[in-house]
Amino acid sequence: MTAAATSAERRPSRFNLGTIERRNLRWGLLFISPWLIGFVIFGIFPIVYTFYLSLTRYSGLRDPIFVGTANYERMLADPLFWKAAYNTLYYTLLAVPIGVVVAMLLAIAMNQKVKEVTVYRAIFYLPSILPVFAISFVFIVLLNPGYGLVNWLLTAVGLPSPNWLGDPAYTMIALVMIAQLGAGQWALVFLAGLRGIPTELYESAEIDGAGAFRKFKSITLPLMTPVILYDIIIGLSFGLQVFTSAFILTGGGSRGAAGPDNSLLTFVYYVYKQAFQFGAMGYAATLSVVLFIASVLLAGAVFRWARGWVFYGSEDA
Amino acid sequence: MTTAEASRPAAAVTATPRRPRLRRTITGSILPRIVLILASLLFITPFYWMFITALKSTAESVTFPPTLIPQAWAWQNFIDAVNFIPFGLYALNSLTITVGATIGAILSNTLIAYGFSRIQWPGRNKLFYLCVATIFLPYPVVLVALFDIFSKLPSFGFQGGQSWVNTFLPLIVPAFFGNPFYIFLMRQFMMGIPRELSDAARVDGASELQTFWRVILPLTKPAVTVIAILAAVAAWNEFLLPLLYLQENEKYPLAVGLAFFTSEHDVAFNLLMAAATLIVLPVIVIFFLAQRFFIEGITVGGVKG
Repeated sequence: MTAAATSAERRPSRFNLGTIERRNLRWGLLFISPWLIGFVIFGIFPIVYTFYLSLTRYSGLRDPIFVGTANYERMLADPLFWKAAYNTLYYTLLAVPIGVVVAMLLAIAMNQKVKEVTVYRAIFYLPSILPVFAISFVFIVLLNPGYGLVNWLLTAVGLPSPNWLGDPAYTMIALVMIAQLGAGQWALVFLAGLRGIPTELYESAEIDGAGAFRKFKSITLPLMTPVILYDIIIGLSFGLQVFTSAFILTGGGSRGAAGPDNSLLTFVYYVYKQAFQFGAMGYAATLSVVLFIASVLLAGAVFRWARGWVFYGSEDA
Repeated sequence: MTTAEASRPAAAVTATPRRPRLRRTITGSILPRIVLILASLLFITPFYWMFITALKSTAESVTFPPTLIPQAWAWQNFIDAVNFIPFGLYALNSLTITVGATIGAILSNTLIAYGFSRIQWPGRNKLFYLCVATIFLPYPVVLVALFDIFSKLPSFGFQGGQSWVNTFLPLIVPAFFGNPFYIFLMRQFMMGIPRELSDAARVDGASELQTFWRVILPLTKPAVTVIAILAAVAAWNEFLLPLLYLQENEKYPLAVGLAFFTSEHDVAFNLLMAAATLIVLPVIVIFFLAQRFFIEGITVGGVKG
């Protein structure tokens, strides 16, 4: 953050703050206090409380009863927990890489000599700010096996027409399709990244006789790795949270299973069911703890893995 | 707004072909256009389908093969959808929550960003990095605990609730405590305002609050607009939180109202799509009115510090 560095004053040792520093510290903390208070009330405390609840049996009505690791033992033996974990990982591993590739492709195409780029920008971006629940309703209509547009197009070109929302092999694909409507937002982020690459790099590569593919591989891709990493991290976090589209596609989950063979039972969906449909708050807290740990571990793993391929440029840049 | 905008002029330089050859034109503008037009079709189709299904008669909406353009334009469907589903009530609830959450977002994030950018105090940057790091925390992790906490907070009869559950409070009040993404955005913007302005105000004897209110805040209008728009759209679109906290039909916003209504009643596809169109429409209108603010929000958010 270069802007911060330039405006920063020489900082005195924290033990002998002058009157101005002390005054600034007071005012600074006062101004950020809403965030600080919110962080404690809506962040730290609920996380600690979740850990505590995960060790109890609790319906939300009577006081929690301490049961030790019983919830964790129950979880390991719960086939639906494994199903939900599998579904969520499957979805994330499918949606995130596809999302990165789609966004990158759109960004590269928009970065070429196309005058009407603002039109595409609007078309790609707009769906990403529309409510997911409404888009999910649209997909119920689009994917209807009887009179939906998608299967009509598939039949027209001689392809099989699957029962998207009725066949467990296809439900996840429907979910990934809905997620791709959000890719336009990332395409714009990537486009901003592409436009930040100095043109001299491409010019000197051309002088050296590099082709389009070579330029992409040796200039574009390395310089875009920080943005790609950012997309992967956010995508991972959102992928592990996927709920609304699965909830709508399965008709609200009030009808028992979450989609055929529970194929749309995502992790947050299962937390929701346990806590708010079955009243098992303690067990739902246990699942939340697992989600928290999985999120942190996966993000950590991605950052570690990224050290091998993210290019941060020279330190003095 | 700062970094992305500054880097744009460089892109204009790219478009100078030295030797115009056929192959260059194909890879240079025809191929990208084909990709872009095909992708545009894919992105538009769901919304086109939503809109024309909303205009089909009930019989026509369940024919195979489906008609690509309605045979008879049943505009009446929009009126029917509004009357069939308690649309006005849900819309009013959505609007109340959206306005409340937006006011909260504007107030809190400007104040917090001021403290993170216009005052120099020890530990500021460390706390700011902590704040930004929380962007990555998946909020469903605390759903269960937060619900339990809110179910124990007294609402003093607000909306007839005994606790915060089944009131709008859990959907509005947290907005008054800032959002790390908006704080980041606003801080980026405030960092770009020259230091001398604050110094001059201080020399004139203005307190920090006066400097914030009279000097800095008027200069941040574009960033405030970005945050207001993003926060309003997010509140309008939110599904999971109202689903958890609201338990009475009269309190549902559009998102939850529509979902429950369709799971309890048989709603024909054309009416469902008409309702969906009406829900999506305000967001589309806001987008076209304020496109530049959306794009700025996204590009600033994308350029990391």
